[in-house]
Amino acid sequence: MCEPQNSSQLVEHFFRQEAGRMASVLTCWLGFGRLGLAEDIVQDTLMQALHAWPAQGIPDNPRAWLYRVAKNRALDVLRREKQLRHVGDDQLSEFTETDAPDMERLFFDDELNDSQLRMLFACCHPALSAEAQQAMCLKILCGLSVREIAHAFLTAPDTIEKRLYRAKERIRQNNIELAVPAGVSLTSRLNSVLRSVYLLFNEGYASHQPDELIRYDLCAEALRLARLLTEHPRTSVPATYALLALLCFQAARFKARHTSTDDIILLAHQDRSLWDRDLIDRGQYYLNRAATGNQLTDYHLEAAIAACHSMAPTYETTNWPQILHYYDLLLVCKPSPVVALNRAVALARVAGPLQALADVTNLTGLDHSQYYHAVLGDLYAENQQPEPARHHYRRAQQLTFSLAEKTLLERKVASL
Amino acid sequence: MEKFMLIFHDNAAATAIQPSPEEMQAEMQKWNVWIAGLAAQGKFIGTEGLMPFGKVVRGQESIVTDGPFTEGKEIIGGYAVVNADTLDEAIGLTAGCPILADNGAVEVRPIINFEQFA
Repeated sequence: MCEPQNSSQLVEHFFRQEAGRMASVLTCWLGFGRLGLAEDIVQDTLMQALHAWPAQGIPDNPRAWLYRVAKNRALDVLRREKQLRHVGDDQLSEFTETDAPDMERLFFDDELNDSQLRMLFACCHPALSAEAQQAMCLKILCGLSVREIAHAFLTAPDTIEKRLYRAKERIRQNNIELAVPAGVSLTSRLNSVLRSVYLLFNEGYASHQPDELIRYDLCAEALRLARLLTEHPRTSVPATYALLALLCFQAARFKARHTSTDDIILLAHQDRSLWDRDLIDRGQYYLNRAATGNQLTDYHLEAAIAACHSMAPTYETTNWPQILHYYDLLLVCKPSPVVALNRAVALARVAGPLQALADVTNLTGLDHSQYYHAVLGDLYAENQQPEPARHHYRRAQQLTFSLAEKTLLERKVASL
Repeated sequence: MEKFMLIFHDNAAATAIQPSPEEMQAEMQKWNVWIAGLAAQGKFIGTEGLMPFGKVVRGQESIVTDGPFTEGKEIIGGYAVVNADTLDEAIGLTAGCPILADNGAVEVRPIINFEQFA
């Protein structure tokens, strides 16, 4: 028996992040068909750490400790399979002890990132639906449990379980490879990965989830995956930097968006001293890195808009004409009524609510969006038309499931 | 000062639910806090965790089975050895042991002091 050292604390989310790393490495090694086995080995390894570390103190290099245990477990499994094969089951793949040195290599940093990227591309394969892609990323790469994912998506664990099962089947049926694509297919595949990371972040950033912690976790994981993409020569393209910049700018405002009682604080009323300067600086840095080549993606434009906000000392002194200009460009590369709706908010600041109203009332397909009605409410209110404003606020209230949004709209109605 | 062994009995129902990595890290943090508390009082001698598997050798035929380790399928997750003057004091030291929050149990047993009989 040994004295527990006055063990230094583990970095926050250490287990979760290492779970994702180990699952990726093991799956690359064992093959996608044995993803479930890889996940079991990870779970066992962490359980062993949970039992051993409080007694022995946290090891000097906790990550190396975990990888050693995981590696040994994987080798045990393979040895057992080899013995079984002698009995006649030749369905199992032909791993041998001589594969072990490769395993050591797999846990080096470069290879680690590589395994995770390969897993990211597999999880974000276009054959999977967007929601399946996100569930796969969260489960395998981010080390979230089914329960936690269900909580994040406001659904039952069973639903997530089925979604994951179907996604894994799909991956098997389509023979989706664990590889970072190259050549012509890289661009389209990378677009799909970037989109999934973007949507993952959005899921966390939307205010319909009552539990702030899990929302923040989703955003943090999306940031981590985006960063991972900037660390590989094949995926560190301008669009990736632009996406990472956008996520940094948005995440910087996280703490200013809610009161302690979970009421929403809108941009105009946020305490800007609560914005995370470090994240804003990082966003600026990545946006500069994104400004190479001749590619202007919607991530560039959205990041540029977010940058304008993050640099403005107050809501009133925000460079609205610049933001409106970016929205005009965005509308060209991503023509959607949602973008047009957001553009109208900027237009109202530049040209007044009447002109914005003219634009918004011409939009179609948004009648079931609470944000469409909330914007209309705001514009009518600003234009001194309390009756239509009230009507649209009420409509928005009916459309949202979020208590915080209902409360906010109630406050707006009361102030008419 | 006498020595006591604290034996940690996991709650089978609680261990059946697989905790997430995040939950495991939080759980470990609780154990670290509790053990550091014992050490700070100078009561702590040592502790070890046990793997959740093993074999049981039984009877004159030395029959080897996979368990259960004790009747009722409960699993001993580990043990700690502490200093205390009395059994009551040793029992008091279990306060804050994370296993209790999961409806597990801590068995407190005095370790025989042979010098006492010498």
